[in-house]
Amino acid sequence: MTSKVKEPLFHIVKRDNISKKQEWIIRGAAIIAALIVCALITTILTGDNPIKVYGTIISGAFGSARKTWVTLQNLAILLIISLALTPAFKMRFWNIGGEGQVLMGGLAAASCMILLGDRLPKGLSVPNWFVVVLMIVTSLLAGAIWGFIPAILKAKWNTNETLSTLMMNYIATQLVAYFTIVWEVPKGSGKIGIINQNTNIGWLPQIGNKYLLSIIVAAVITVGMLIYLNYSKHGYEIAVVGESEKTARYVGMKVKKVIVRTMLLSGALCGLAGLLLVGSINHTVTTTIAGGQGFTAVMVSWLAKFNPITMVFTSLLIVFLGRGASEISTAFGLNQSFSDILTGIILFFIIGCEFFINYKINFRKKSKEEVKENV
Amino acid sequence: MKKLTALLLSLVMVVSLCACGGAEKAEGSSKVKAGFIFLHDENSTYDLNFINAAKEACDALGVEYLMKTNIPEGQECYDTACELVDAGCNIIFADSFGHEDFMIEAAKENPNVQFCHATGTKAHTEGLSNYHNAFASIYEGRYLAGIAAGMKLNEMIDAGTITADQTKIGYIGAYTYAEVISGYTSFFLGARSVCPSATMEVTFTGSWYDETAEKEGANTLINDGCVLISQHADSMGAPTACETAGVPNVSYNGSTASVAPNTFIVSSRINWTPYFKFAIESVRDGKAIPADYTGTIATGSVVLTDLGSAAAAGTQEAIDKAKADLQSGSLHVFDTATFTVGGAKLDSYKADVDTDAAYEGDHEVIVNGFFNESGDGFRSAPYFDVQIDGITLLDTAF
Repeated sequence: MTSKVKEPLFHIVKRDNISKKQEWIIRGAAIIAALIVCALITTILTGDNPIKVYGTIISGAFGSARKTWVTLQNLAILLIISLALTPAFKMRFWNIGGEGQVLMGGLAAASCMILLGDRLPKGLSVPNWFVVVLMIVTSLLAGAIWGFIPAILKAKWNTNETLSTLMMNYIATQLVAYFTIVWEVPKGSGKIGIINQNTNIGWLPQIGNKYLLSIIVAAVITVGMLIYLNYSKHGYEIAVVGESEKTARYVGMKVKKVIVRTMLLSGALCGLAGLLLVGSINHTVTTTIAGGQGFTAVMVSWLAKFNPITMVFTSLLIVFLGRGASEISTAFGLNQSFSDILTGIILFFIIGCEFFINYKINFRKKSKEEVKENV
Repeated sequence: MKKLTALLLSLVMVVSLCACGGAEKAEGSSKVKAGFIFLHDENSTYDLNFINAAKEACDALGVEYLMKTNIPEGQECYDTACELVDAGCNIIFADSFGHEDFMIEAAKENPNVQFCHATGTKAHTEGLSNYHNAFASIYEGRYLAGIAAGMKLNEMIDAGTITADQTKIGYIGAYTYAEVISGYTSFFLGARSVCPSATMEVTFTGSWYDETAEKEGANTLINDGCVLISQHADSMGAPTACETAGVPNVSYNGSTASVAPNTFIVSSRINWTPYFKFAIESVRDGKAIPADYTGTIATGSVVLTDLGSAAAAGTQEAIDKAKADLQSGSLHVFDTATFTVGGAKLDSYKADVDTDAAYEGDHEVIVNGFFNESGDGFRSAPYFDVQIDGITLLDTAF
């Protein structure tokens, strides 16, 4: 049947079904290929031994107890933000505003710490538990508001949420910049510095060590999100709205309500990440405190196909590469840009291999054989 | 999966063994191991100045060292400092103002390790024996660079390019922070000491490194009639704009002649090598490091680059003379006889030497007829934040 028409060299076919084993073989092959390409580039460009470089990446992330804790803490924050964005994405609501929602949560927490801390007039003091409770409430609320605004605009007037959430990031950054100048110490320095460094007012309690609190919160939210998305009515509604708004409307779901409710949750959880960044980790607020994680989380969430458990591993991968990368620049005297190149290559292969999981390439010769087989 | 785990674990072990091997190799003479924390990497002129000094000092003393670049001004700074302690460093330096609080946190937890922070303000009030600040009397370097600028203005008057009432200098500052105010005021006083008609306009960018804003700032000032430009910000923005417009400029942190070959006059910078050497030697010899260290012209901490092609004739001689006078003590940069504030002489001033959220002035700093910047008994980081007559601030948003 194909004898007269000249067949192209290869054609791409969507896979109907693929076994888990095959999936992991493809992923494993992608990682090995990425490591080989990175090794070649390392040797050609720098002359360093690639095996040593890989060893350094691992020791950079897990080389000591402290390094492991910091890696896990960074993992926790990225994971919380990724989990926060997930319900929105699952609803096909493009929340690119994680960065701003985190910043607003952080700013709210910082404002409580500053205004109710060392700056209170002498003689006045507010109990620490009250400051902490207020920080939790205001952070979640601030993040939620930053999620609510684009959601209500979308629900009421069907505005493009990609643009509105993105722009809300800039507003949040400028608000933080403004308050940095208001609260700067010393005058003119453009820095807030550690808030209540000696009284520790508003510092979230340490559980075990400095790092554990965020990790526990992340674990709880991971399990919570897994249950929420897969076993709750809300989670089901999100999935239906994401698949088709019309279907959702047809079966009587209040789509607008689902959008607003989901974005309130998404924003509040981002605000929680901001609270942890300010109240538990940095004890200060800067315009760069979210460090682009609001955007990285988009990749983490999609890479994990919105599965909270998989997300633990995708965010670990990103954090691991980032931590390892900075260690390379120290150990080998290489510029940070070089480790960014390696990270880029590895991510390219990992994301790229999803293509081969979803599609298969049939070459001319092979396809003829298949035709024979089919006949 | 098990195999993979095993492989990873064995890799970790190999690596940690390598690390141990490295530590054992350390020679007896260099028991000191230094750690350095930098805000950016060598692409920033500010950090490059520190990185070069760190290498030079450690190589000269034969000391092992570790460098951490691109460390933000947050908890990462604390984590990195502690990781350096874990790696065996017994003296740790950080180069950016915003690192200070996080260095203090690390210092509190590691009392046997010395923490040295450049440009910080809190060591003298924090009361930690292992936490120290350092700066340099860079206002003297700025003053000398200002003389080069004044000489250039005089040359332009003599050549008929401008008249004496057009001797307006433009200055791009980062923030309205004492370090910047001290810098532009000393530069201005240097220029006015040789060109009495000089005035100055200052604009602020709100960032220590923002190439576009610095370029735009320079262009605004040039359009506003400024005939000479200087800056206190870390990019090549202002010198590039000056080269395009053909306006002479005085730089900071190091020579910018590469981007402004025809308009570069001179640049002042802090040489950190003397301090790094001093602090590392102190640890090696078991001596205490003072809470505040102010490098001077005499210690080799305050230096000028070679003069650029745009410098006026006789500049070097004028600089050398003023330098000698500054060192002998017969000349003071902030001599209250040379400037007025609101039309009056400044007889008394309470500066905010002890950092607090209310910015309260706490120390009388006018001593023997001059403003005692970075003086003994105060602190090393600048605290001169007086707005003197002759300088107009175009904006003070930052």
